[in-house]
Amino acid sequence: MSRPVVEAVGLTKRYGASTVVDGVNLAVDEGEIVGLLGPNGAGKTTTILMLIGLTEPSAGSVRVLDLDPLRDPLAVKTQVGYLPDSVGFYDGMTGLENLRYTARLGGIDVSEIDDRIMTALQQVHLDHVANKRVGTYSRGMRQRLGLAELAMRQIRLAVLDEPTSGLDPRSTDELLDLIRAFAADGMTLLISSHMLDVVQSICTRVALFNKGKIGFMGSVEKFTNDVAGGSFQIDVAARKIDLSACVDIIPAVGAVDHRDKEHWMVSATHDVRPELARMITEHGGDLLSLQAHRASLSEAYNRFFLDIEQKEMQQ
Amino acid sequence: MKRKGSPLTGVASIALKEAADHMTSARMHLIMMLVLLTAIGAVYAAIGQIKTTTAQDAFLFLKLFTVAKAPLPSFSSFMGFLLPLLAIALGFDAVNGEFSRRTMSRILAQPIYRDAVLFGKFLGGLMVLAIALVTLWLLMVGLGILFLGLPPSGADVARGLVYLAATLFYTGVWLALALAFSTLTRSPATSALAALSVWLIFTIFWQMITPLLASVISPINPYDPMTMLAQFHTQQALARISPAILYGETATMLLDPTSRSVGPIFMSQLQGALIGSPLPTMQSIKIIWPQIAGLIAGMLFMFTLAYVSFQRQEVRS
Repeated sequence: MSRPVVEAVGLTKRYGASTVVDGVNLAVDEGEIVGLLGPNGAGKTTTILMLIGLTEPSAGSVRVLDLDPLRDPLAVKTQVGYLPDSVGFYDGMTGLENLRYTARLGGIDVSEIDDRIMTALQQVHLDHVANKRVGTYSRGMRQRLGLAELAMRQIRLAVLDEPTSGLDPRSTDELLDLIRAFAADGMTLLISSHMLDVVQSICTRVALFNKGKIGFMGSVEKFTNDVAGGSFQIDVAARKIDLSACVDIIPAVGAVDHRDKEHWMVSATHDVRPELARMITEHGGDLLSLQAHRASLSEAYNRFFLDIEQKEMQQ
Repeated sequence: MKRKGSPLTGVASIALKEAADHMTSARMHLIMMLVLLTAIGAVYAAIGQIKTTTAQDAFLFLKLFTVAKAPLPSFSSFMGFLLPLLAIALGFDAVNGEFSRRTMSRILAQPIYRDAVLFGKFLGGLMVLAIALVTLWLLMVGLGILFLGLPPSGADVARGLVYLAATLFYTGVWLALALAFSTLTRSPATSALAALSVWLIFTIFWQMITPLLASVISPINPYDPMTMLAQFHTQQALARISPAILYGETATMLLDPTSRSVGPIFMSQLQGALIGSPLPTMQSIKIIWPQIAGLIAGMLFMFTLAYVSFQRQEVRS
């Protein structure tokens, strides 16, 4: 097996007294789409900047494509593309001119530049506005132009910082389709986001950031199983029974949340609806409804950060 | 830590892009228009003055740049006053403008070093300034030939070219100053105001302040005449902090071949001198070289300031 595309060990960044990123370990293999999740200010962007060598880490080491981004930044940046949070272009120039400029900075052979730009623009469906000023582009179009820049440069690793923030649902879908197409072409992608549905649908693995540390790293399924304390949420409505008191009999049940008078939310590791129905009738209660659904990523996500907060409160 | 790759990768691309941007920007057109109009006005007035007064002059051509007809100042003092404005207009939002347009992180993620961005921006600005100055210079020479009806002599051209080079260094100081402010402040409006304040202080108020400062630093003792000289030296040293003063002295020395010195002269030093006779071009350049070197040093100093502050800046705004 070849070495990982990105390998960070004990990555730390301090600004004065505050530690923004605190000992992050991260390994990304070729062809993966890894989501960096976490609330704003959790250290995602700083981690990204250290990975591509735009910020120097205070401690720890990074290797990208088996190169050191601090010692050999040009070689790294030739193969790594970065799409910053709400990317900016020169408004007075056309989309084509903007890309030509970065193509020249990237040292692409002059005879190839225009062909590569047009192919990239077709890929992101912007070829019809190539000669319009970027000032007239919508937000979604700018993000797509950013992706076109990455496609044009034919990079191996793309780092996207909040690519879908501020986009309407349709533009978001278009962007996700493009990202999937990039991955299908063999590009490795790192995507930072606080929008979970985005990550859920395209990422092979996620890393959860909290206060500068990675709290969880693994696949989306593993995350929902591990963190949600069971992958099933069952909505129970019943009368003449206190479910919180007697549900412990069923071993698969994790937590019970008394929502209102005759309404409970039960978490369990598997579908326990038959056991619940039997138990309620045996205890003389009236079962009104039972609804089960798998915990979504955003529920698991909220729960993850809620748990951390609660632990801190207790301490 | 040794880093691989040249810090100059991409400098040419950035410089050319910056130059193209400046050439097409409305800001540059407006100020260039202002400079051109005042320059033509000043030279036109000078021509009228020359025609009525000096018929006999070995360096008639250079008079175009230095002769003033009230109420207009001379061409060279106009340039000393207005060219900084042009340079500031080109540089005040060079770096913080990229941050506020959110293009900086994208550009820095390209396979170039950070050094290239600042070098490129400075070179691009300097290139545009050079083009503007050469155009202006040729225009003035052309006007002179047209209205005076005589071609410039070899010495005229030599002095004029050195003056052109000195002017480029002078505008370079202001470009580097504006660039430094654009890295030190986050908002383009703030850096523009800061650069303009420095410009006002050095081009207008500095000459009024230095005599006051000098009289405080080295007061005159009425029983010791040498203290008078000491005060004059202090005043001159203080005045020369301003690039506008250095440039003014340079222009006088280069464009007026009869001027002998930029400092005080004693009667004894004048013994045997042919007052009013021109100095050879090389001698004038030798006298004024410290001023020109001062302008170059000022430019490099301001650029270094901008460079250090830019290199230390975080990419995240």
